[in-house]
Amino acid sequence: MTISDTNPPASTGQGGSPPHGAAAPTHHVAPQADHADRAKSFVQRVADLRAWLFLAALIIVFESWARLDFGGTFVLNGFNLQSIAIFAVAPLLLATGQTFVIISGGIDLSLGFIMGLAAVVASHAINALNPALGLPLAVLGGFVIAVAVAAIPGFVNGLLISRLKVPPFIGTLGMFGVARGVAFLLAGGTTVPVSNSVFATIGNGRFYSIPYIVIIAAVFVLIMHYLLSQTRFGQHNYAIGANVQAARRSGIDIKSHLLRLYILSAICAGVAGVLYAARFSAGAAQAGEPLLLDSVAAVVIGGASLFGGSGTILGTVAGALVIAVIQYGLVFVNVEPFWQFISVGVVIIISVLIDQAQRRFSGGRQDE
Amino acid sequence: MSSVAHGEPLLEVVNLSKHFGAVRALNDLSMTVHAGEVVALAGDNGAGKTTLIKAISGVFKPSGGEIRLKGQPVTFATPQEARDKGIETIYQDLALADNLTIGANIFLGREPMTKRFGFLPVLDRKKMADAARKTMALLDFHVSRMDAPVSNFSGGQRQAVAIGRAVYWDAQILIMDEPTAALGVPEQRKVISLIHQLKAQGRGVIFISHNLQDIFAVSDRIVVLRRGVMAGERKIAETTHDEVVKLMIGG
Repeated sequence: MTISDTNPPASTGQGGSPPHGAAAPTHHVAPQADHADRAKSFVQRVADLRAWLFLAALIIVFESWARLDFGGTFVLNGFNLQSIAIFAVAPLLLATGQTFVIISGGIDLSLGFIMGLAAVVASHAINALNPALGLPLAVLGGFVIAVAVAAIPGFVNGLLISRLKVPPFIGTLGMFGVARGVAFLLAGGTTVPVSNSVFATIGNGRFYSIPYIVIIAAVFVLIMHYLLSQTRFGQHNYAIGANVQAARRSGIDIKSHLLRLYILSAICAGVAGVLYAARFSAGAAQAGEPLLLDSVAAVVIGGASLFGGSGTILGTVAGALVIAVIQYGLVFVNVEPFWQFISVGVVIIISVLIDQAQRRFSGGRQDE
Repeated sequence: MSSVAHGEPLLEVVNLSKHFGAVRALNDLSMTVHAGEVVALAGDNGAGKTTLIKAISGVFKPSGGEIRLKGQPVTFATPQEARDKGIETIYQDLALADNLTIGANIFLGREPMTKRFGFLPVLDRKKMADAARKTMALLDFHVSRMDAPVSNFSGGQRQAVAIGRAVYWDAQILIMDEPTAALGVPEQRKVISLIHQLKAQGRGVIFISHNLQDIFAVSDRIVVLRRGVMAGERKIAETTHDEVVKLMIGG
């Protein structure tokens, strides 16, 4: 109840003057309505922050568990924090691309194998460039080549979805197969080792105990956060996910947006692949295979709706951390690893239930 | 019969026809809209109302005839071209992105940018919110929370946002397709009062409705179509519900 209607025709004369408009609202909002509005926005805020609340709850659980069970600390342990952060890098990068796609109302199933493709291409490219360019430049060249190659399946996804009207689920499922096959072919069915000490340092070195790959991922994710929240591209992405007709009628070029969107998500997967290859000094086609569903889970836990139109990068960061904390925490407290699947599954379901409840709560528009 | 207002009409439709193969959806239709005038467009289903507004708003290319804006003949290849010339069509449902604020909806597709830290281009949300507040106040709708998505608002309020967008971009002719059809009675009254505001601001409004109450409440003139041709044109002050119904069904 944030808009209220004044006595219409009588006030026509003064309606145009800004001071009237600026001063008026306080007089028109009924206290009761304001109260309901505040309660609603509180629920919305809690729902928006649910991933961070999950994360806090999980940390408390594991911390208490560690203290009670073997008198150690979970969260105050630098090694644990580093491990969780490293663990979260690849799923987070995939989830970052996935966030854009899911907000637009689509989904990208090909990200996992695009990541594998990029890891294999980066390894081959760096090995090939080593003699000609020297170690540091070979890394740079390998990075550029791998991300560029990763963008190709994204480009095809974009063409299929924007021009040929293929549903995103089907188009990217097809590209999942193609990227998988090409990655295995390029890798010759095995892993491709890289011999480049600079690359290995990037993958395993630390800056004041913060791993380089975590820093690189954080900077990249920050740029993506800027792109989604502060630019026209991001704004149009939300609009398309909510109402593609309205977006089209507003003059937004839907086709070119979708094309750029799927290239962007593929680039996220490409960066994840290069960082994977750096961490293990090897490229493997199946590098991202188990991470695809984690990426979708991170986006959903982070508060995005699979129906499109909502979600944030910061929420996705929390979602990816939730998954990483569950996976690492259960190992740390010595529980059989299979409980990971159950826990992540339960968190996804709870997250979606919160989303539904929030929708029901805020869905009741004040028509009368 | 001549129109109520004097001076040059804002919009003139002259002998407009639209044929789909052998089907004559619209035949030699002429009408005018003056500044500050609300013209209702009535007629049974299939009478040609939708074809007429789609021709005016650039969705269809007419088969014959002419459209004039302030005396100048115009042709539109796309709805965007019509919009650029100041003809805005407001549809019932397809107008807004529900997850965005009023400001973001007003500026959708033409968002203003500003610089942060002197170099980083970012969306100018303040400008969007300020423009939204001012525009909505112009329509006598007062909003306290500019950061709320429009899904929080009621049907009539959302209709106001769509109209606000047209007003902000200075539409001279607003075509409103059944703006009250999906609304409850209090909301319908709000939309009717909005149309009065548009009229007071000197804009021309073409108002399509099946609801004679609404038509009589807000219009200056009514144009009745039947099977693609003009069945009659009346000043609202000089006609009755009965007469309009007879024109519509051809009694």
